[in-house]
Amino acid sequence: MVTLRDVVRKLELEVLTGEGLLDRPVSSGYAADLLSCVIARAKSGGVWVTLQSHANVVAVASLLGLAGVIVTEDGRPDDDILARAESEGVVLLGTPSTTFTVVGSLTALGVREASSAV
Amino acid sequence: MIPPLIVRRAQELGLGLIAITDHNACDNASAVQEAARGSGVTVLPGLELQTREEVHILCLFFSSQSCRQWHDHVQALLPDLPNDEDHFGPQFVVDATGEWARTEERLLAASADLTVEEAVQGVHSLGGLAIAAHVDRPSYSLISNLGFIPQNFRADALEVTPRFVPSTGYAKWPQLADWPLVVSSDAHRLCEMQRRTLFRIADPKGSDLPMALRGEGGRSARVHWPAA
Repeated sequence: MVTLRDVVRKLELEVLTGEGLLDRPVSSGYAADLLSCVIARAKSGGVWVTLQSHANVVAVASLLGLAGVIVTEDGRPDDDILARAESEGVVLLGTPSTTFTVVGSLTALGVREASSAV
Repeated sequence: MIPPLIVRRAQELGLGLIAITDHNACDNASAVQEAARGSGVTVLPGLELQTREEVHILCLFFSSQSCRQWHDHVQALLPDLPNDEDHFGPQFVVDATGEWARTEERLLAASADLTVEEAVQGVHSLGGLAIAAHVDRPSYSLISNLGFIPQNFRADALEVTPRFVPSTGYAKWPQLADWPLVVSSDAHRLCEMQRRTLFRIADPKGSDLPMALRGEGGRSARVHWPAA
């Protein structure tokens, strides 16, 4: 199974928080910007791709126990949000790429949606 | 929605206070205020802001100057794109009689580059009222877009749609119990106007609405809920 470190290297992501947590395996992937959908559909241990950078992104990632979050299109969370992510063990990864491109790259790396990952 | 007809419909419904909240703009508010002069209907100027998270926030003001200041601030944070009338419809600005004054060429159906928290803070700094719009809707709402009400969110109230039923609504979104709720009609047509929220206030101009929403000083806000 690919790890966050593999994802960071292959997709050339910027590690915004959780530098020490990159050995986490990535068990699945999910992409959406409506956090209500993410709460309903994303799975623990998965990576979530979104362009939202609101504080609730950290709360949702923590709540669901996600491996990490890729924030696309240079959506830069505020410093207090980064601090909260760091303290809650939420890995935030940044990229100027779009969600479309990131999801394509993740698929090429073998990351699949939770329901089809069995 | 022609200003004199809005006022007439408000009178028919027994509405003493209405607000004009176009999308990301307040250009039509003054026309309705003028049309309402002497009618007994108070018109609050405002706008329905769309934030960076695509959340709609109703921004209401008790002075036209404050509203205009907020409008200017919001407009500067919108992407500089032209409106496509085929898709979004023409964005008319009218006068107090309903005559065409001008057409807004800039796309208003877009997000201003500020967070929901920054929006509330900005409105409050200008003495206005910030209400998260239609939080029970599946799109452009605080709860659908951000999953739940953010910890640092300091709006004055939450608006639910006229279809909201307390018995099922509170069960679905338990967080709502911590907030004053209002129902407004979000009318895009005259026939959609409704009288649903009753404010007990001392100032007919509505400047004590924030107190009413907090239930202070003998003021109150009460919603007429539909039968479950």
